[in-house]
Amino acid sequence: MKKLYSNKWQILIFLLPALILFCGVLIAPIGASAYYSFFDWNGFGEKTFIEFSNYRELFTSNAIGFMKALRNSLLLAALSVGLQLPLALALALALGKGIKGERGFLSIYFMPVLISTVVIGQLWLKIYNPDYGILNVFLRKVGLESWTRIWLGTKKTALGSVFVPTLWQYVGYHMLLLYAGVKSVPPELREAAMLDGATDGQVNRYIVLPYIKPIIKISVIFAVTGSLKSFDLIYVLTNGGPLHSTEVPSTLMINMLFLRNRYGMGSTIAVMLIVLCFGFALLINAIFREED
Amino acid sequence: MRNKSRTAQTLIYIGLVLWALINLFPVYWMFTFSLKDNAEIFGDNVVGLPRHWLWSNYISAMKTGKMGVYFLNSAIVATATILITLAVALMATFALTRLIWKRQKTLNKFFMLGLTIPIHASIVPVYVTLSRMHMLNTYWALIIPYSAFSLSMAILVCTGFMNEIPRELDESACIDGCSTWGIFFRIIVPLMKPAVATVGIYTFLQCWNELMFANVFISKSALRTLPVGVQALSGQYTTDWGPIGAALVVATFPTLFVYIFLSKKIQESFIAGAVKG
Repeated sequence: MKKLYSNKWQILIFLLPALILFCGVLIAPIGASAYYSFFDWNGFGEKTFIEFSNYRELFTSNAIGFMKALRNSLLLAALSVGLQLPLALALALALGKGIKGERGFLSIYFMPVLISTVVIGQLWLKIYNPDYGILNVFLRKVGLESWTRIWLGTKKTALGSVFVPTLWQYVGYHMLLLYAGVKSVPPELREAAMLDGATDGQVNRYIVLPYIKPIIKISVIFAVTGSLKSFDLIYVLTNGGPLHSTEVPSTLMINMLFLRNRYGMGSTIAVMLIVLCFGFALLINAIFREED
Repeated sequence: MRNKSRTAQTLIYIGLVLWALINLFPVYWMFTFSLKDNAEIFGDNVVGLPRHWLWSNYISAMKTGKMGVYFLNSAIVATATILITLAVALMATFALTRLIWKRQKTLNKFFMLGLTIPIHASIVPVYVTLSRMHMLNTYWALIIPYSAFSLSMAILVCTGFMNEIPRELDESACIDGCSTWGIFFRIIVPLMKPAVATVGIYTFLQCWNELMFANVFISKSALRTLPVGVQALSGQYTTDWGPIGAALVVATFPTLFVYIFLSKKIQESFIAGAVKG
């Protein structure tokens, strides 16, 4: 048996497909992206080495607007942590305690996560439509004509209008993770606290929340990195417009690549995204460790 | 005291039902307006059930909107991705959990890096490579990257299941004269059915809904997958909402269908992917 399982060639053959696929599509491209980010390159012609010019331009040029895009996605991250997660946590706590129809509620809340973001985006385009969208139709019906807006087409309301469905769609995702955490709390802990006369609120505060802290951390990391990477819904709803008011790093990156043929700059944005995602993940890890 | 908690309970319930309605409404609305004409959608019957069930919306979505083609493309890409991901992940997991060599743990950690790498990281290099190899606008342009990005999650799930298969089975198969491949195919793979289901569902959902790669690597309309196809179709039918609704239903229906029967399994697969990552 040992001899059979120690055959070096066989081990290599079993691992090779995974290694090729993984290194070829995930690992090597990170290096390649970093390499391209030092060049001025239109994708097919000669590459010109320009050191850190792309990075300098990215952070200083208003024409590119990376800082604004970054600000937008950080705002989304803040809203995600400040609004989406508390709502998800409240739902998870309410369901996790055991309630009639628990499974049904859970399945309904999680459903939007599974529906293609393009479909969700198309539906919200219709909800926001200035003439026939149900939002404006509803406002007109209840006599709030003056509240109607061209939601996605005005600089003032576009960003908020894009954020609402983005935040809404993934509440169910965070709820599911947190719910799994709440369910893993040993029933004895809960019962003991109840016997001592603790209220539901106290049980949640002193028993459940400390217990599920590792999962809350994961949720926060996903909320922040997910916001930094957000693309699909914004691409469908506004593609960064009007007048770049809803631009995020990912939409900017795609524009650089495929509208302006600036592959070097596109790669620079990609590198920044990876660095930011890992940086924030480490930072959040550190904050949670500090608290212990 | 009891009264107070009863009121609190009722309030919680109302909140839960309200949130459920908010989540159900877009789907309900999508189904209903996919069967209406503009007069109903824009005028007198915005949110009610359709008065005349207009199935012709579906016919225009399938024929003029080419949803049938997009659907088939998505199905081909998803099926191939699932098969490749499973085959590659099962083999790798076998080497990582069963075969005997040094640094198994290190390599396992290396594969787990994939759970945190965003697809943005590879879009430019992969695009350039695909274009040089004249592989843009082929199914492979999506199947290969999708498989690679599903791999970490697949190995993670498979490792959990494969570790639970008793090693005595390998031993006795070995004594019976089975080769490594024999043990892998005849003993291990058949026992991995639950893992195969979890990985399959998760991978399906990932590639069925993916937009960024699909949008960039495929420009030929005959090869578009559903998310990109739906985008194209909505640009084509800007004023006629019925067929758009029908297209959205066609794109969503398989997911919801699978979800109705396998909701628990699907939820578990998402939890598994998150908690380790």
